[in-house]
Amino acid sequence: MFKILKSFSCAVALFGVASVLGGCDLVMFNPKGAIGLEQARIITIAFILMMLIVVPVIIMTIVIAWRYRASNPRAKYDPEWSHSTTLEILCWGIPCIIICILGTIAWVTSHTLDPYRPLDSTTKPLTIQAVALDWKWVFIYPEQGIATINYIDIPVNTPISFQVASEGPMNALWIPQLGGQVYAMAGMRTRLHLIANEAGIYDGGSASYSGEGFAEMNFKVKAESAEDFAHWVESVKASPHGLTADKFNELIKPSINVPIQYFSSIAPHLFHDEIMKFMMPMGSDCSPTMSLSE
Amino acid sequence: MMHILGKLTLEAIPYDNPIIMGAAVLMSVLVLVGLFPLFYYKKWTWLWKEYLTTVDHKKIGVMYIFAAGLMLFRGFIDAIMMRTQQVMSVGMNHGYLPPEHYDQIFTAHGVIMIFFMAMPFMFGLFNLAVPLQIGARDVAFPFLNALSFWLFAVGAVLVNLSLVLGDFAGTGWLAYPPLSEVAYSPSVGVDYYIWSVQISGLGSLLSGINFFVTILKMRCPGMTLMRLPVFTWSVLASSILIIIAFPILTVTLALLLFDRYFGMHFFTVDFGGNAMMYVNLIWAWGHPEVYILILPAFGVFSEVVATFCKKRLFGYTTMVWAIAVITILSFIVWLHHFFTMGAGPDVNAVFGITTMIIAIPTGVKIFNWLFTMFRGRVQFSVPMLWTLGFLITFSIGGMTGVLMSVPAADFQLHNSLFLIAHFHNVIIGGVVFGYLAGLAYWFPKIFGFKLNERLGKCAFWCWIVGFYLSFMPLYILGFMGMTRRLYHYEASTGWHPYLVVAAVGVAVILCGIAFQVMQLVVSIKNRHHPDYKDTSGDPWDGRTLEWSLPSPAPFYNFAHVPHVHDLDAYWSEKQEKLNHPDTKHVDRSYEDIHMPRNSMLPIIIGAIAFMFGFAFIWDIQWLIILSGVGLLVATLIRSFDYDLDYYVKASEVEAIERSLGR
Repeated sequence: MFKILKSFSCAVALFGVASVLGGCDLVMFNPKGAIGLEQARIITIAFILMMLIVVPVIIMTIVIAWRYRASNPRAKYDPEWSHSTTLEILCWGIPCIIICILGTIAWVTSHTLDPYRPLDSTTKPLTIQAVALDWKWVFIYPEQGIATINYIDIPVNTPISFQVASEGPMNALWIPQLGGQVYAMAGMRTRLHLIANEAGIYDGGSASYSGEGFAEMNFKVKAESAEDFAHWVESVKASPHGLTADKFNELIKPSINVPIQYFSSIAPHLFHDEIMKFMMPMGSDCSPTMSLSE
Repeated sequence: MMHILGKLTLEAIPYDNPIIMGAAVLMSVLVLVGLFPLFYYKKWTWLWKEYLTTVDHKKIGVMYIFAAGLMLFRGFIDAIMMRTQQVMSVGMNHGYLPPEHYDQIFTAHGVIMIFFMAMPFMFGLFNLAVPLQIGARDVAFPFLNALSFWLFAVGAVLVNLSLVLGDFAGTGWLAYPPLSEVAYSPSVGVDYYIWSVQISGLGSLLSGINFFVTILKMRCPGMTLMRLPVFTWSVLASSILIIIAFPILTVTLALLLFDRYFGMHFFTVDFGGNAMMYVNLIWAWGHPEVYILILPAFGVFSEVVATFCKKRLFGYTTMVWAIAVITILSFIVWLHHFFTMGAGPDVNAVFGITTMIIAIPTGVKIFNWLFTMFRGRVQFSVPMLWTLGFLITFSIGGMTGVLMSVPAADFQLHNSLFLIAHFHNVIIGGVVFGYLAGLAYWFPKIFGFKLNERLGKCAFWCWIVGFYLSFMPLYILGFMGMTRRLYHYEASTGWHPYLVVAAVGVAVILCGIAFQVMQLVVSIKNRHHPDYKDTSGDPWDGRTLEWSLPSPAPFYNFAHVPHVHDLDAYWSEKQEKLNHPDTKHVDRSYEDIHMPRNSMLPIIIGAIAFMFGFAFIWDIQWLIILSGVGLLVATLIRSFDYDLDYYVKASEVEAIERSLGR
């Protein structure tokens, strides 16, 4: 009877967990690109590996505490027992083995999933330069010669090569359904390679707190077919606005809840200058020898 | 012309903001209620003589924990405000807090909970237990000990002052530049942050040195290192970490201060400043800091589990080695706080793996606590309940931590609510549970009466249920892509129901805190009742030296310096008596005891340090100079003061011991 009750309660508990998790959109476990998929897999594998230790520990805690409760006269009492070489070896050994496996996974995957590593694909990657401003994102498409604010449009199954920088405070470019984030920092360019393998609209935002308007630094990422993407580029090119240096300087001023905007042209070397301007603010004559923008 | 009060004007008081003013009124009422008995019973002289000028480690410990309790309350109110804001601020509704206020609240919550709740609570426990455990009559530097406390108190006062005078930093608790630079945070908020943390951080460093020397030099005869109680071992490790890590914090914040005050460019965006440097430096302190906090909690659990299972701690040597390994490893993992900075796969993988390795000694400790319970006699009193709650909760928190140490996984989990859930999981489930267990455990030793068990158990159950309700939804929210520090979000995200559950959890924790206040009140009321009063000095049938003393321990602790022959010194002494009951108790004669004198200098130096910090925050230049000179003069006065100690006469010791029934 007790056994039946126990398995029944287990089933209820499992069902409870499943329904709680099923009712919400766990975007991290609903990835739409190869990188996100791989990361979700790593999280799951690591989780299961550690459950091999955590679950027994929790069960042992409860069982031992109950079995050896002071009010249980049948339990053995051995007040001086404080050493056992076998147990010592086991309790160092088992965690060591688990950590060896996890460590190997960590080493391998931090190389295969290095955000700086270009993705293996026959399709030519699309470059997008993302600049975090107070408090909006400017996305520059250097190859297309266009730019947007708070909106990204990408073709599916095409590797996206993000170059990320910030005008001021640190931010992080994060599109959870496509994959992990990378920091956006002033005077530096970080890289992030992602891919969308399924068409759709995904949420993106900043994952690193940057001040008052941080909560509103959200944007949508639309992944669509190559033709639709080409059409979208054409429509942006029809925009009457251009992202000139003056316009960019205006955008730098803090603002919150900035609507989506399209720019049909971009000032040359905008991203490069944006990064390099922090290097030579005095207008010194030493010219930058390394080029970052390509 | 310079304003006589620098930047300080009446406009610095946000009297038009009802929330802040309400909070200020609440805080003032609390302080007044706290002070009321002093007015009523005219206890000012008593307070000054017995506490404010004391150098007695036990009383300093009590003051630390009292202050930590107040700060826990303040930090918890911040938590309630954040949770209610996130419940309300969804979609069209923007809640009741504007973003710039919300930002200050989460910053203050982090700063207060770490620097002004956890740290003083920890130093409080160090002070209560360490000298008693090693058979010492005080710490190595009693004056410095008092000074440490007052420097901490100055920091705490500055943080709370920012509530009504100016504002606090809205940068997050580690004040990452460039956001914390003048260009993006021009107000006094970050200056409050810098000065409160700097001044209290100096106090922490001095305490670290103090306990390091105390444990190495003040042990009673026979107390070899490998006979130290595990709590004292953990304090030694924690002190070593403090001594090495806190100077990093001091220097880092000093560089930020130079940026802000003198227009330098260590971490600014322009002129070659590099914010990555700050992030590296602050975590080079910040990661050891979490082990500074957790190791003493591990120490408490080791004492509690052995005492309440009536059994020797399993694997003492292993425990000590595990502490040592954690101490060393904690310095080579700091980069895991920012894998997403783009350091490259080799660097990330190395730091990820060193982080995982820490899980091994930690796991070993958990197994050893379990094996201590095995074949023991487990008594479910309050400290033991906290320990059991810890074992389960900390295992889960440790697991999620290792999960994030895999760099590829961390790119997704970093800065999401998963991270928030993880560190609250280990800090509440480890540090807070541990310190609360320690407080319940050593309370009778300090005050001479036990805390009410029933209310303590109610508090425990509220805390643990509230904890799971508050933070399990946060793990899920992390998976749902919610980042930390959001004052507002859209309804379409589907986050709202989970935030409601989290807010309910906070309400349950609030009940737990209410039970703890009740527990304290009820226990104080009944302190002479035989159920509460600790007449034996050994209420838990303890194993270490502190339980050999009467409760409360006399101010000189040990009338006779004990001689230790074994690990668990007092336990083996008791066993010896049981086995050989006919051995006559040797009546030793008493001798004069050398003790340090009370001093009012620590509190005075604290007051001057307060003025110094305040003057810098508000740019009041004459006061900077005046208080700077004051600090120098106070130091000189102390240096040339030769009347620092006295002897308690043997006859007096004998009288006190007789009155305590010894």
